[in-house]
Amino acid sequence: MDGKSITAGSSGALREYRPRPDFFRAGCWIAAGVTVALLGFILGEIVVKAWPAIWKFGFGFLTGIQWSPNRDLYGVLPVLIGTAASSLIALLFALPLGLAIAIFLSENFLPHPIRQTIRFVVELLASIPSVVYGLWGIFLVVPLVQEYGAILAAKLGFLPVFAGPAYGNSLLTASLVLALMVLPTITAISRNALIAVPPTLREASYALGATRWETILGVILPTAAPGIVASTILGLGRAMGETMAIAMLIGNSQRLTWSLLSPSNTLSALLANQFAEAEGIQVSALMYAALLLVLMTLLVNIAGEAVLRRAQRTVVGLK
Amino acid sequence: MSFINQTKLKIPYPIMNRTFLAAAVIAASATLNLGAATAINGSGATFPAPLYMRWASDFKKVDPNVTVNYQGIGSGAGVTQFTQGITDFGASDVAMKDEEILQARTSAGGRTVMIPATAGSIVLAYNVPGVQPGLKLTRAAYIGILVGDIKTWNAPEIAKANSGVNLPNLPITVVTRSDASGTTAVFTGHCAEVSSEFTAKVGSGKSVTWPVGVAGKGNDGVTALIKSTPGAIGYVEYGFAANNKLSMAQLQNKAGNFIAPSVESAATTLASIKLPANLRFFILDPKGANDYPIVTFTWLLLKAAYADAAKGAAVKAFVNYALTKGQETAPQLGYVTLPSEVVTKAQAALETVK
Repeated sequence: MDGKSITAGSSGALREYRPRPDFFRAGCWIAAGVTVALLGFILGEIVVKAWPAIWKFGFGFLTGIQWSPNRDLYGVLPVLIGTAASSLIALLFALPLGLAIAIFLSENFLPHPIRQTIRFVVELLASIPSVVYGLWGIFLVVPLVQEYGAILAAKLGFLPVFAGPAYGNSLLTASLVLALMVLPTITAISRNALIAVPPTLREASYALGATRWETILGVILPTAAPGIVASTILGLGRAMGETMAIAMLIGNSQRLTWSLLSPSNTLSALLANQFAEAEGIQVSALMYAALLLVLMTLLVNIAGEAVLRRAQRTVVGLK
Repeated sequence: MSFINQTKLKIPYPIMNRTFLAAAVIAASATLNLGAATAINGSGATFPAPLYMRWASDFKKVDPNVTVNYQGIGSGAGVTQFTQGITDFGASDVAMKDEEILQARTSAGGRTVMIPATAGSIVLAYNVPGVQPGLKLTRAAYIGILVGDIKTWNAPEIAKANSGVNLPNLPITVVTRSDASGTTAVFTGHCAEVSSEFTAKVGSGKSVTWPVGVAGKGNDGVTALIKSTPGAIGYVEYGFAANNKLSMAQLQNKAGNFIAPSVESAATTLASIKLPANLRFFILDPKGANDYPIVTFTWLLLKAAYADAAKGAAVKAFVNYALTKGQETAPQLGYVTLPSEVVTKAQAALETVK
């Protein structure tokens, strides 16, 4: 476009450098600033909207077991427990499976193209919309949990965790589907951690006469452990914030119970269900719940990132 | 356009051409619309939403210049949007509380006129394998089920009224609403009226805490849960239950008779209602021998005075259509045609809208 500069360049004479305002840098600063400001703005807005409820219920909001908008009673303890329980149970299923897949994909058990295909398929799980998981859960997992849950309740009902009656839409159903949803997160990050283990360590282990399994369990997994922990924490963050599939599967009932086969509720599902029709102090109470959810996921994600960074530093240090 | 490089233009040119054309068409149609047409927007209750949307599309044939948009976002949100002046009319299953009317007066400017537009019944639908529709539930039985005292389908409280029905030994799953809703308000209003135990354990309101069961979002969410759960029983609007072919229970009314939900039995209930001056009346427990016990009006909320005269006229014409011709389509969708006395009162109230 600028004909002059080309001719000047070809003739060999350098044009004088003139400092101009660096618009690109300014643009980057603004974009970054807006992103950070947005988080602050969202948090601020939630706190402002939640303030009447924070003022009125205070800490009792966290320990109250009754959520009855018709009586202006708001307590989220059952929902907090539901959020924590569904996420942790999901990890209980997803971590062993995800880690196994990650080990399998990072070793050379199978030819490279097949491993790449499997990796692609597992990571594709992350791109399935939440509502589709919900529908799949309704048609497949709910009937399964209902049928086998009833047997479980009949046989092991004396244990509080399997106390009947067994519901199809239950904590267990939600956790199972949630496990599948966090599986790609755990698999992808764990696999990266395993791949990042320096080959010299593996060679050293073999040189000392260790078998492949001894190498995996004794050398590679411990080295990659911080990365695996980070993957788990990030998976936990994802699980806690998950909404749509949970709202469709968990039964949306905020009652305190030990049983996995009972309906439960999570913070995000509570918000999704009740926000549209809420009015007055209920809006504030829901905002208070939203604030708790944001703080919980934020803390978990920060923890996950911190561990991940530490992990990357240690592995880099080994090279 | 001289600043655009010639080579760069070659690729996007046909695309730009098409975009310009589309933009021109949209702009042209927009100007055309502005010439004669009026759009009126309403939102609120999901319970009558299928009927309101039907009326909106039918009214387009009566007056092509008026477009009525209705969104079923829930009674609470509908009242809020109407109060804030976002919509031209609102819709609610629980009408408006006095303080809400007062608030609407200060914020949206002007009085609110509540017009009963249609009515419907709320049914207890169930999914019990091997049990035909029309299971008889006494008041003690359905309240007992809802508060968790009756836990299985073959409980004597249910079996007593249903001799000859082979009731399975199946746990009862109560299905309720997870969101706040007018349907819940009407249903719990009735239950609290007939049972002090229900009042103590659950209470009434748009969003309550149920001692048992699972919850789904919206009438459709509850319907889906009932269909997929053997042993389920839940409350839904009659039209949803009828369309989805759910088995509906016969409920015992105040006179002690078992009445099956239908458009006719709901009309019987409405026939004996005397509406007060503000047209707001909740039928908590009707007395008639053949009245279906859980029937409710649902209301359209209008402003007493519209700043835009064309809009006001369009709203009036639409509501008038709904009260006359529209009543004939109501039974096709499972709603009840309003008794002529109610229509007369509603039309008188509509006349005050300017």
